[in-house]
Amino acid sequence: MADPSTTADRAADPAAGHLGGPAPGDEPAERRLEPVIGLEIHVQLATRTKMFCACALSFGEEPNTRTCPVCLGHPGTLPVPNARAVHFGLMIGMALECEIALRSIFHRKNYFYPDLPKGYQISQYDTPLCAGGRLRDVRIHRVHLEEDAAKLVHEGASGRIHGAAGSVVDFNRGGTPLVEIVTEPDLRSAADAADWLRLLRVTLRQLGVSDVNMDEGSLRCDANVSLRPAGTSDLGVKTELKNMNSFRFLERGVDAEIARQEELLRAGRAVVQETLHFDPTTGSLSPLRSKEEAHDYRYLPEPDLVPLAPTPAMLRAAREALPELPAARSERFSTELGLPVDTARMLAFSAELGDFFEASVAASGDRAGADPRELANWVVGELKSSLGDADPTSSRVRPDALAELAGMVARHEISRAAGRQVLEIVAAEGGAPAAIVEARGLARAGEGELAGVVGRAVAENADAVEKVRAGKTKAMGAIVGAVMRETKGRADGEEVRRMIEERIRA
Amino acid sequence: MIDRDEVLHVARLARLSLSDEEVARMSGELSHVLEHVERIGELDLEGVAPTSHVVALENVLREDEPRPSIDRDRALAPAPDHSAGGFRVPSPGA
Repeated sequence: MADPSTTADRAADPAAGHLGGPAPGDEPAERRLEPVIGLEIHVQLATRTKMFCACALSFGEEPNTRTCPVCLGHPGTLPVPNARAVHFGLMIGMALECEIALRSIFHRKNYFYPDLPKGYQISQYDTPLCAGGRLRDVRIHRVHLEEDAAKLVHEGASGRIHGAAGSVVDFNRGGTPLVEIVTEPDLRSAADAADWLRLLRVTLRQLGVSDVNMDEGSLRCDANVSLRPAGTSDLGVKTELKNMNSFRFLERGVDAEIARQEELLRAGRAVVQETLHFDPTTGSLSPLRSKEEAHDYRYLPEPDLVPLAPTPAMLRAAREALPELPAARSERFSTELGLPVDTARMLAFSAELGDFFEASVAASGDRAGADPRELANWVVGELKSSLGDADPTSSRVRPDALAELAGMVARHEISRAAGRQVLEIVAAEGGAPAAIVEARGLARAGEGELAGVVGRAVAENADAVEKVRAGKTKAMGAIVGAVMRETKGRADGEEVRRMIEERIRA
Repeated sequence: MIDRDEVLHVARLARLSLSDEEVARMSGELSHVLEHVERIGELDLEGVAPTSHVVALENVLREDEPRPSIDRDRALAPAPDHSAGGFRVPSPGA
């Protein structure tokens, strides 16, 4: 949940001004407007139990079967924080290069809503667990711990709140540990925001602290959006887009909001600070009916909980639990293994593909084989397309088989086209690449065999030969194609090209 | 001084409906409470760290070990209304 100290609210400072009609001395109204976007992300932690009680977390169990007097908010009960949730919070803070608070406390955030049995949510306010970090080029404002609200189901056919006679509360989710991550308003486009959220998601996934599943709500994202004249530094009036539950919706929602605000500002009207709901089916944005006066949360220090003061042992445990993170892995792939930045990111941002790639580099080892760049191309190219959405660990293609195959192509023992065929066969039936090449006669067509084939192709494509002689090198394709057809892709394209040229010039 | 408007605002946040008489009484009582608390401000607290808790304890945590939840019927029993295994409440949007 938002809290008054976030950037978002600073953005809402009326003194930050509105961008309406031109004031004296202003640039013309046609001046480009720059989007300013900050994200607030809620992450359900993958602990075994809830934040403040020992109820197991729920994964689609029958409603209200994972509750106890603590998470039902009965009087006289006391919350006790989950040590693993604190540990995960510290790991996240460290991964995001935050400063860990020497001492932080919990606050009660008061509001009345049926999803909150106590009448307040235990959250953190002015002393969050972690603050002031960075992920890529986006600054992290804060990271804090809190508890999730319960789930409300509205009665009636639509399941929507409007017109429902009653609602039914399921407290299974109530009390699930959450980490809230708030960024500074450092993002400048919807695509950039979605891209950054992808990086955050793989980072959290790599940390193993959450399922980070946007469909199931274990990763939820709100976006704060405002516009300002490009090149200025004041923040415009922002709106908050709630619960963008996929990367695509985030991107479309933010784009729609940028367009809406731009239209208002160009017409000399002001953006009103409000919370909006994006409807992905119509692409429209509508104001959410606010939890009335919900902004007046009357935070007060939670008297039932003592301060958190991470000990050296707690900090060490969190630091030691940090794996190599995607941003660092991507960097290592490009600097140490010489991969192009895009390929390095593709591999590093999918932990499974990255692991597969590294295993195949290791398997390629000292044998004269494909270098890491070639292996990377096989992994993000042919392997990835043969996998579709499947996990590489479920594929019949093992890293050592891919290394063997890529090595054969690199040593010109088989053509790249034949290599692709072999990969398809291994993916479908399993088996060792060398044996498949042998059994199917896919070894590269030797120069002796090729000489005859090339001779025939040149003789049968007199037109193309003439064109090539006239300098139209594109015509070469027809002759190469003829050779490839006859050798069923076993020939090496470069070799064929060279032999055709020699033959034509002769 | 807590004026009438402020009392009504706080009452609304707390979902309390007060009579005019109660509003007047609360205005006086709440003002007295604040005045009393303000007297602490007269103390010289230079160099005294803010305290959020009267017990000098830190890091009271629980291992992440599940314990059985309570029976659903027991959980629902005190509720004024329930339906489909859930606590039934008036729709907050109605």
